[in-house]
Amino acid sequence: MKGYSAWSLIREGLRHHLGWGRAWGSPEPRRRYEVVIVGAGGHGLATAYYLARNHGITDIAVLEKGWLGGGNTGRNTTIIRSNYLHDPSAAIYEKARQLYEDLSQELDFNIMFSPRGVMMLAQTEHEKRVWQRVAHANVLQGIDTRFIGPEEVKRRVPIINIDGPRYPVLGALWQPRGGTARHDAVAWGYARALDRMGVHIIENCEVTGIRTEGGKVVGVDTGKGPIDCGKLALVVAGHSSRLAEMAGFRLPMESVTLQAFVSEPVKPMLDVVVMANTVHGYISQSDKGELVIGGGTDGYVNYTQRGAFHHVEETVTALVETFPVIGRMRLMRQWGGIVDVTGDRSPILSKTPVENLYVNCGWGTGGFKAIPGSGWAMAELVATGEPGALAEPFALSRFREGRFIDESVAAGVAH
Amino acid sequence: MLRLTCPHCGVTAEETELHPGGEAHLVRAGPGASDEAFEAWLFARRNPMGVHFERWRHVHGCGKWFIAARHTVTLEVFGTYPAQTKAPPAELIARIRDKVPDWEGWPAGGALRGADGEGTEGGKA
Ligand SMILES: Cc1cc2nc3c(=O)[nH]c(=O)nc-3n(C[C@H](O)[C@H](O)[C@H](O)COP(=O)(O)OP(=O)(O)OC[C@H]3O[C@@H](n4cnc5c(N)ncnc54)[C@H](O)[C@@H]3O)c2cc1C
Ligand SMILES: [Zn+2]
Repeated sequence: MKGYSAWSLIREGLRHHLGWGRAWGSPEPRRRYEVVIVGAGGHGLATAYYLARNHGITDIAVLEKGWLGGGNTGRNTTIIRSNYLHDPSAAIYEKARQLYEDLSQELDFNIMFSPRGVMMLAQTEHEKRVWQRVAHANVLQGIDTRFIGPEEVKRRVPIINIDGPRYPVLGALWQPRGGTARHDAVAWGYARALDRMGVHIIENCEVTGIRTEGGKVVGVDTGKGPIDCGKLALVVAGHSSRLAEMAGFRLPMESVTLQAFVSEPVKPMLDVVVMANTVHGYISQSDKGELVIGGGTDGYVNYTQRGAFHHVEETVTALVETFPVIGRMRLMRQWGGIVDVTGDRSPILSKTPVENLYVNCGWGTGGFKAIPGSGWAMAELVATGEPGALAEPFALSRFREGRFIDESVAAGVAH
Repeated sequence: MLRLTCPHCGVTAEETELHPGGEAHLVRAGPGASDEAFEAWLFARRNPMGVHFERWRHVHGCGKWFIAARHTVTLEVFGTYPAQTKAPPAELIARIRDKVPDWEGWPAGGALRGADGEGTEGGKA
């Protein structure tokens, strides 16, 4: 497989692009691997990548029931930011954001990281105080954010209506190095890098059972037969409760649907990401010109990848009120993803009651931004059997000990 | 859009008139329960891909709590009943069993452990 370069682009341009090889293969599964990872979303792939890169483990299979990146990784609105309140969250999301900065170079794959700036509007007095508090916390955490006034909001986003009748804009939390990246490319880039390192990515291979012996995991049953493993990592987002059930334990989590939409493409009109949490909507403009719009989550368990219809109306109402100019645009597509929402709305990177079995889940509505940092921390946990500083606060035991990381990261907006 | 019939006032309401309240029939641990049992009651959830018993409140109507039996993949609603019960009505259980032959039945998943590894009574009435 060839590297990508300006030269290869020119050469292939002259040859009608017939010479590009497949970016990753489709190997037959071996009988046993040192590490098996279930789920080829961003988090599973990144876990495999940093296991290989940082810990020298390449005897890995990543098993995926559908196609890689076809879960929430390929369904999200791609917002990347690290302006969280609590130190453990700020640490792992900022680690991820920093890794995103040069991930294209690292993977030799253009993930289109675009640190265009993320603006989280304050539309009530309470929200204003919350964002000011976060800005202060971020100063102490070394994360570059600040609270800006309504004039600066208007200057950066000329199409915004700052004195709306219901919720005038009172300011915003501004993270200049937040932004977006191409979600599919993140999955594809990791997959290609893994393939080059000899890691097996096995698509169309659903895990249907987990085998344990004496409290230790020994393998999985799959649609392609049984596969033994030394260690097992479950990284399946909305399906985590199902996999945990196969291993005989229960998670502090429920799966709900979160929706997103894109509009028809238009001329450039918005060059930052704007999130309006009070009215429930967030918006950015893709390179193709479409407005990428995130909506609300259902409040009940839902495995349909569709989501409730009334959220469409709520989200559109909120955005038309905030950006009156988009009032006549048409929405082209709507979809949903099954997001994994935990009891304190923070993720879980943890050992489990089963020895050598680890989980990475609970990223809920906001885990795209965390992919590289999560993979980095999860690889350390799986390789050494103990969490490093990034993962340690996110252990399952926090629910018993009351050490919640109460970010409302999965509040159904805000990502 | 999900439509549920409130068993108290008889109104069939769209989901915007109601508020979801999470898994039903959780039994509070204690007094004197272990931390593990308390944690399991507070946080461990069945989160099934299939039949789910869940609490709803008719917020923009009579204001009362009730329980709905619903399928989380097909979104089919099997029935609703008042929240002041310890178990679903036998007639409803029979109806669900008819419609979902591979349903694990009621009470469900009693043998599962909480995330801590301790046994819990999760899902039992
Ligand atoms: C509409 C929407 C908008 C979002 N917007 C944002 C955003 O702007 N910013 C942000 O940071 N986050 C956002 N998120 C959240 C983000 O998408 C997720 O947190 C993240 O993608 C989770 O990645 P993952 O790898 O854990 O899960 P996934 O990408 O869902 O991957 C899990 C994989 O596991 C596979 N799997 C499941 N069961 C099995 C099995 N039994 N055997 C084998 N494989 C299995 C699935 O097929 C899937 O491919 C959004 C989510 C949605 C749905
Ligand atoms: Zn009623």
